[in-house]
Amino acid sequence: MASYEPLNIHGLEVELGGKKVVNNVSLSVNSGDWLSIIGPNGSGKSSLLRAIAGIIPALGTVHFQGTDLMQTEPRVRAQIVSIVPQIPVVPPRVRVIDYILLGRTPYLGRGFQPTQEDISLGLSVMKDLDLHDMADRFVTEMSGGERQRVIIARSLVQQPNLLLLDEPTTALDMGHQQEVLELVDQQRKRLGLTVLSAFHDLTLASQYGTSMALLVNGEVTKSGLPHEILTETTLKDIYGANVSVHNDGDRISIVPKRGTRLKGNSNSNDIG
Amino acid sequence: MKQLANNKKKQQQEAPAELTPLLVAGASLILFASILVSLLFGPVSIRPDQIFLEILDRLPGISIDSGLSTIQEAIVWDVRLPRIILGLIVGGLLAVAGASYQGVFRNPLADPYLLGVAAGAGLGATIAIVSGATNGEGMFDALPIAAFLGSAVAVAITLAVGGAVGRSTSTASLLLAGVAVASLFTAIQTYIQQRESATLRQVYSWILGRLSTSGWDEVIMILPYAAISLIVMFSMKGALDVLAVGEEEALSLGIRPRRVRWIVIGAASLAAASAVAVSGLIAFVGIIVPHAVRLVVGASNRLVVPLSFFIGASFLILTDLLARTLQSPAELPIGVVTAFFGAPFFLFVLRRRSDGII
Repeated sequence: MASYEPLNIHGLEVELGGKKVVNNVSLSVNSGDWLSIIGPNGSGKSSLLRAIAGIIPALGTVHFQGTDLMQTEPRVRAQIVSIVPQIPVVPPRVRVIDYILLGRTPYLGRGFQPTQEDISLGLSVMKDLDLHDMADRFVTEMSGGERQRVIIARSLVQQPNLLLLDEPTTALDMGHQQEVLELVDQQRKRLGLTVLSAFHDLTLASQYGTSMALLVNGEVTKSGLPHEILTETTLKDIYGANVSVHNDGDRISIVPKRGTRLKGNSNSNDIG
Repeated sequence: MKQLANNKKKQQQEAPAELTPLLVAGASLILFASILVSLLFGPVSIRPDQIFLEILDRLPGISIDSGLSTIQEAIVWDVRLPRIILGLIVGGLLAVAGASYQGVFRNPLADPYLLGVAAGAGLGATIAIVSGATNGEGMFDALPIAAFLGSAVAVAITLAVGGAVGRSTSTASLLLAGVAVASLFTAIQTYIQQRESATLRQVYSWILGRLSTSGWDEVIMILPYAAISLIVMFSMKGALDVLAVGEEEALSLGIRPRRVRWIVIGAASLAAASAVAVSGLIAFVGIIVPHAVRLVVGASNRLVVPLSFFIGASFLILTDLLARTLQSPAELPIGVVTAFFGAPFFLFVLRRRSDGII
C-alpha cells in the first residue's frame, strides 16, 4: 500500500508574527521510517509539523508519494497526512465513537454521515488501541492515557500514509508514554506509515526514531542516526544541559548531572 | 457496578450519532400534536370537538359535517392556521439559527441576535414606526422590510469590521464587533424613540415580539428566506461537528473552516433577520431549544441542528397558544411568555453547565 518513495521536504519556511520560525528546512525521510525531531523550546518543531500538515501557511515544497502536499487541497491532503496535535481541542459531551469517526471526514460525502464501512473501520482501530468498550463515553471524561489513545485512534482512522506527532507524550506519565509510543510503532510497522514526531524527551526520541533531526532556531543543524546527534557536547551547546550520555549498543540513555551548572543557562530542565 | 452499567450501555449504542427515522418521527409527532392543540383552542370559543371534526373533514376522502358556521371555519383556517404556521417557521428558524451560531462560535451561550440582528432590526422598525411608513397591514407593509434591512445592515457592519480584524483563528473579534455594533444601533434607536415618545408604545410592543398575522401574507413573505437559510444550515450541520475540534484540527481533517464559518454565519443571520422582521424580538427560543435538544440527544450537530427545528417550532406554537389565551381577549406579547419559561430553564442550563454537563 505504501509506496517506497521518500518524503522530501525542501526549503520549507514558516513566518509567524513577522518572525521566521522555520528557516529553509530540507529533510528527507524514507518511506516507513520514523524521524524524531528534537530541539529546545521555541526551536520550531511544532511549526515545522504544522506546516507539513497544512495547518499554517508555509513556503517551500513537501513531496510525498508523488504529490506536493503544499499544493494539495485540504480534503485530499487529509487523506494522506494526519497530525496528532500537541494540545488537541476536545469538545465537551462528544462520545468517543463520534470523536474517532471525525477522522473519516476527508472521505465522507456532503452530510458527513459515516457509512457502515467507516464505522467498522473505527471499531477495529478502537479494538487495536484497546478502546473497544469505550465507544459511548465522553472524551472529556477519560484519563490522560486513554484520551491520548483516542486521539491517536482518530488520526489512524484517517488512514494516513504520513503520521505527524507533535510531542505526543508530554502530558503522560512514563508508563503511558511507552504504551502510546509502542502503539504508534506497531501501527507504523503494520501499515507502513511514515512517522514524523517532535520530541521533548531525548531518550524516547532516540529509542523510537529510526533517524533524528536537531532543530535550532528554525534550522536543521544536524540530522542522522540518534547516536550521531545525541552527544554530550551537542546537548551542552544546544540545550545548555549538563548530562552524561550512555550508549549501550542500540540504546541511548541520557542522565542529567547536577552540581556543575553552566553559565548563563537556565533551561537545563529540558531533558526529560 | 460501573462496569456492568457500561456494558449495558455499550450494547445499546456503539453507533455514531445519526438522525434516525425514529427520531424524526418522534419530533414530527411533537410538532403535529402542537399544531393540533393550537388549532383546537383559542380566544374565540369554538367547541374543540367540532374543530376536530372539521379537520377530519378536510382530509382527503373524508366528509363529515362539523357543524361549524362559515365564520367559525374562517377563524380556524384563515386566522388560527396561518398564525400557527408562522409560529412554526419563526420558532424553527430561531432555534436552528441558535444551534448553528452555538456550533460555529463553539459557545453555548451564543444566540441568533448575537451579531447585531436584534439591535439593527429594532432601529429599522423604530424608524418605520416613527416615520409613519407602517400601516400595520399587508404584504407591502414597511415595518418588516425596515426591520429586515436594519438587521442586515447591522450584521454586515459586524462582519466587515470583525472579519477584517479576525484573520486570526479566533472568533472573539467578531463577537466584540457584534457587541459594539449592537450598542451603537441601540443608542440611535433609543434616541429616536425618546424624541418621538408618542410612538413609544408601538415600538415597545414590537420589541416584545408578537405573532400577529393578516391571513397568509407574513407566511408567504418569510417563506423564501426561511427555505434558503434552513437548507444551507441543514447542509452544514456535519461540518459544524468537525469545526468543534477547532479551526486548525478541522483544517487537518480536510474541511475549510473559514468557509464553513462564513456560510453558517450568513445563513443563520438571514434566518434570524427574517424571523425578527415578521415577529419582533422573541427572546430565548434560540438558546433554550438547542440546549434542551442537546440534553436529550447529546452534542452532535448532526442531530441538534435538525431536531431544533421541530422543537423550536413546537415550542413557539405552544407559547403562542398561551400568549393568546391566558389573558383573552387581550394578548400577552409572546416574548414575555417565552422569556417566562425560557429564563428559568436557562438558569437551570447554566447551573448544569457549571457541573460540566454542557
